[in-house]
Amino acid sequence: MAHSQAASIGAHSATSHGAGGDEHAQNPNLQHHFYSMAQQLEASTLGMWVFLVTEIMFFGGMFMAYILYRHLYPAAWQLGSHHLNVSLGATNTIVLICSSLTMALAVRSAQVSSRKGQIWFLILTIVFGSAFLVVKYFEYAEKFEHHLVPGPTFNMPTEEYPNGIIAPDQEANHQQLFFSLYFMLTGVHAAHMVVGIVLMLVILAMAIRGRFSASYYTPVEISGLYWHFVDIVWIFLFPLLYLLGAHLGAHGG
Amino acid sequence: MTDNISRSYLGAPHGVAAWLLTKDHKRIAMLYLISITIFFALGGIFAAGIRLELLTPKGDLWTPDMYNKLFTLHGVIMIFFFLIPSIPATLGNFLLPIMVGAKDLAFPRINLLSWYIYVAGALTTLAAVFNGGLDTGWTFYTPYSSIASETAVTTAAIGVFITGFSSILTGLNFIVTVHRMRAPGMTWFRLPLFVWAQYATSLVMILGTPVIAITVLLVGAERAFHFGFFDPRLGGDPVLFQHLFWFYSHPAVYIMILPGMGVMSELVAAVSRKQVFGYGFVAFSSLAIAILGFLVWGHHLFVSSQSIYAGLVFSIITMLVAVPSAVKTFNWAATMYKGSIMWTATTFWVLGFMGLFTIGGLTGLFLASMGLDIHLTDTYFVVAHFHYIMVGGAIMAYMGGLHFWWPKMTGKMYNEPGAIASAILVFVGFNLTFFPQFILGYMGMPRRYHAYPEEWQVLNVASTLGASVLFLGYLLPAFYLTWSLVKGKEAPANPWGAKGLEWTVPSPPPTFNFDEDPVVDEPAYNYKPTREVHVG
Amino acid sequence: MSSSPFPLFPPNASSVATEMDLLYLFIAAVSAFFVVLVAALVFVFAVKYRRRHPDEVGADIHGSLALELTWTVIPFILAMVMFVWGADLFFRLSRPPADAMEVFVVGKQWMWKVQHPEGKREINELHVPVGRPVRITLGSEDVIHDYSIPAMRVKMDAVPGKLTTLWFEPTVAGTYHLFCAEYCGTKHSGMIGQVIAMAPQEYEAWLSDAGTGAGGVSAAANGEKLFSEYACVTCHKGDGSGRGPILNGVFGSQVKLADGRTVTADENYIRESVMTPTAKVVAGFQPIMPPFQGTISEENLIQIIAYIKTLKASAPAAAEKK
Repeated sequence: MAHSQAASIGAHSATSHGAGGDEHAQNPNLQHHFYSMAQQLEASTLGMWVFLVTEIMFFGGMFMAYILYRHLYPAAWQLGSHHLNVSLGATNTIVLICSSLTMALAVRSAQVSSRKGQIWFLILTIVFGSAFLVVKYFEYAEKFEHHLVPGPTFNMPTEEYPNGIIAPDQEANHQQLFFSLYFMLTGVHAAHMVVGIVLMLVILAMAIRGRFSASYYTPVEISGLYWHFVDIVWIFLFPLLYLLGAHLGAHGG
Repeated sequence: MTDNISRSYLGAPHGVAAWLLTKDHKRIAMLYLISITIFFALGGIFAAGIRLELLTPKGDLWTPDMYNKLFTLHGVIMIFFFLIPSIPATLGNFLLPIMVGAKDLAFPRINLLSWYIYVAGALTTLAAVFNGGLDTGWTFYTPYSSIASETAVTTAAIGVFITGFSSILTGLNFIVTVHRMRAPGMTWFRLPLFVWAQYATSLVMILGTPVIAITVLLVGAERAFHFGFFDPRLGGDPVLFQHLFWFYSHPAVYIMILPGMGVMSELVAAVSRKQVFGYGFVAFSSLAIAILGFLVWGHHLFVSSQSIYAGLVFSIITMLVAVPSAVKTFNWAATMYKGSIMWTATTFWVLGFMGLFTIGGLTGLFLASMGLDIHLTDTYFVVAHFHYIMVGGAIMAYMGGLHFWWPKMTGKMYNEPGAIASAILVFVGFNLTFFPQFILGYMGMPRRYHAYPEEWQVLNVASTLGASVLFLGYLLPAFYLTWSLVKGKEAPANPWGAKGLEWTVPSPPPTFNFDEDPVVDEPAYNYKPTREVHVG
Repeated sequence: MSSSPFPLFPPNASSVATEMDLLYLFIAAVSAFFVVLVAALVFVFAVKYRRRHPDEVGADIHGSLALELTWTVIPFILAMVMFVWGADLFFRLSRPPADAMEVFVVGKQWMWKVQHPEGKREINELHVPVGRPVRITLGSEDVIHDYSIPAMRVKMDAVPGKLTTLWFEPTVAGTYHLFCAEYCGTKHSGMIGQVIAMAPQEYEAWLSDAGTGAGGVSAAANGEKLFSEYACVTCHKGDGSGRGPILNGVFGSQVKLADGRTVTADENYIRESVMTPTAKVVAGFQPIMPPFQGTISEENLIQIIAYIKTLKASAPAAAEKK
């Protein structure tokens, strides 16, 4: 670090702040308090990585709760998981992985100054992200119908299930814990997806106006980091929530 | 306004919008200064309510519910809206860029955002205060907070949740600034120790705060949607909340004291005109405290039904985390040896800190020792311990720093005798308030009680008397500091003859800090007898 | 100490009080030494080395590895002594002696309900005999409370959803403060009472005196009644012919579960097995026991546990009425 800064001593030590070094005049995207585009990109990228670390800690609290209760109530966790729709979950997993691919391609397009590439790949990413949320909506609706939403309606009797969808010997109260974590984890994740999509819309608008090219693509890159992170959280959530009860038969036996 | 002010960051640009939409870290520091001072006053009013009730053994001033709200809000406001932002968001925001030789923090707009988030969180919490109050204690223990309390818990939880992001963004900004924006020649080991301390604090902020955020969100979800994370009737474990809560809240106390320790390093060096003794050890001790501080949360759970073996691990690491604090204290004392000590108000705050922080830190050992903690936990001994560190330590350091850098930040000199009087009043008042509480604690007086056995009245009255003196001590600066803004003498660039990049720029500094980009070619605190030191 | 006009210690009334006070004094002495040392050094330096002319600077001293090691190692060693002593004391306070007499305490907003096994019940008071260790099994009906007896130097949280344990041995007869020491809502400050330690003969007399406090029926006898009332006896037959496991001798034994785990059948296991039985199904049995969460109160649960504890392996299932 000292090296690269020492090397630029000559470049900017004798100048006043207003005119900046050569780079300020060359690139209007260089903010006044940075002395080079390289420094600005490095700082922005480090900033996003630090933010993602905070997100890991944020989800981490819920993962801790999950780990504790799964350890205490392993049977209830499998039974609860069995109620989730593995096909929809798997579909969403594939959707998100595809969206990460298109996101990476959008960043690449910006790096090689391809405006068309940026726009198309960003649009695809937004489409995939929205598809994820639509599938989520259907999943949540299904849970709502089956009275698997924690709270006063949990495991309420229905015509099909006069004792509630969870039989008396299947630890309904512990399954309610499972579903509390399910809704909390996927709900917070979905909120992050919404933020991600809004972010992508903003980046798309900027891309359409031609803001990004090889000389300046920082916002695309750091938004991409955020998007990939949200994808990776889902990669953890899917097996932990959906795949525990996959081996169980129709009646949870 | 005077010349030095009109040419500085205070002078231009003019207007409310220029302040509320500023990207200048120095203006944002001033915005924070005003906000946290308001909340300090509010938290102090609640403290007055507590101490007045405790004058008599019976609960005869407030209803029990009102008293419970008073101590809860005193804690919530002082911790989240005063102590945690205090040094980082005011002194840190103002000084960090200048100390590393930068024109601003890495992300000025995020810095401004962090202030707005603070305001949003504060307003949300105030909404809770005035719409039902909060009576769970600042610790929000479940299942009382999630199931039983009938106050505005969810609103307050949202308020704390929002405010946490202010802290996170500040920490994020500081980390990137220190890594990427140091001036040429400013190597890590030439950084002022204040920067090391802020850096360590920022690590804690970004790693710990998200955990309390999710924890209060879980409590809010439990209340609003009847999710059952902590509900024993569903198999939930109320103690899980304690683990999640203290995983942040213990490191949080290091968020509150580490910046103060950073300030102390600067003040001791400047007051003594001498290198900080053991610079490397002091720098690394900040990192050690930050890291070890994440491994000790279970010392709040010794009698909670936590496993004995977990308790052993937490106890031994808690003992370990005391050592770097001891190292710092001895290094500061050694810095004063053969120094050239100036006797100004700053010195009084420094001496006060040394005494009170040492007591506060050592009383932590009583609580870290598991067997003894059985008797002492949840008593006034704990209350005294943390006030010694947070008020006797952190606030004294904050006040010392505020005074020391006041000329730099405002361009004005304050009234010295008034400042010295304030420091002495605070020291005396503080000890009278909190020392009796150690005794009350060992006698067994529990926390959060508004009524107590008669035989403890004398000590409680002494404590309240001390609180009145303490109140005067804090009131004085409100007058002479404000007065200095109007009638104070114009401050020179370096009134104390101290070393540091901030003393090479005018008082107050221009908007972009440096007229010429600095190049650093000497270590920190390079007080050499052969170099000329000019006062003024 | 407690009788002097300026008391610093609560009454020394239990077998660990002296040691607790000694550990406290040790740490206080070490602390006082360092506070005085630091304060004196700092003050003396500030005076002795005060600035004598405006341009004076301090000496050019950077540090000393020897000093750093000294003031790292010495505090470390002292802290380790405090750790070891405290940990040892904690261990002893976590392990009730085998011959301790039992008492059951349930906290609820905002009172303490005590049940002696012999049948005596108390509210906000606890009578105990001097010279005998007493083991308290502690539960909560609602939120977290804490049973705190400063004179005995003990406290323990009462956590809803589980049972905790604390023990102490009174050494001096007298009446001592009892406090709730975990904030629990409106009347937290009012959830207080007394612990009354009595000479053993007086205690026996108090126990059998039906006049003060209800019930001459032992906790275990009540438990047996509840065992029958809630139809436990239909499945848990003493001869093994029922659909549930035999409970004779189960308390304290190692139990193999259907999922392969092996657990110790302590109070918390029995409690969970009643409240949410399907969480830990015994190997070889079906998960058909209905949950009693919400049906059986903590108090009644403790009596059922008391009854189950009396079920010995070799003897038929019959509680002794005292």
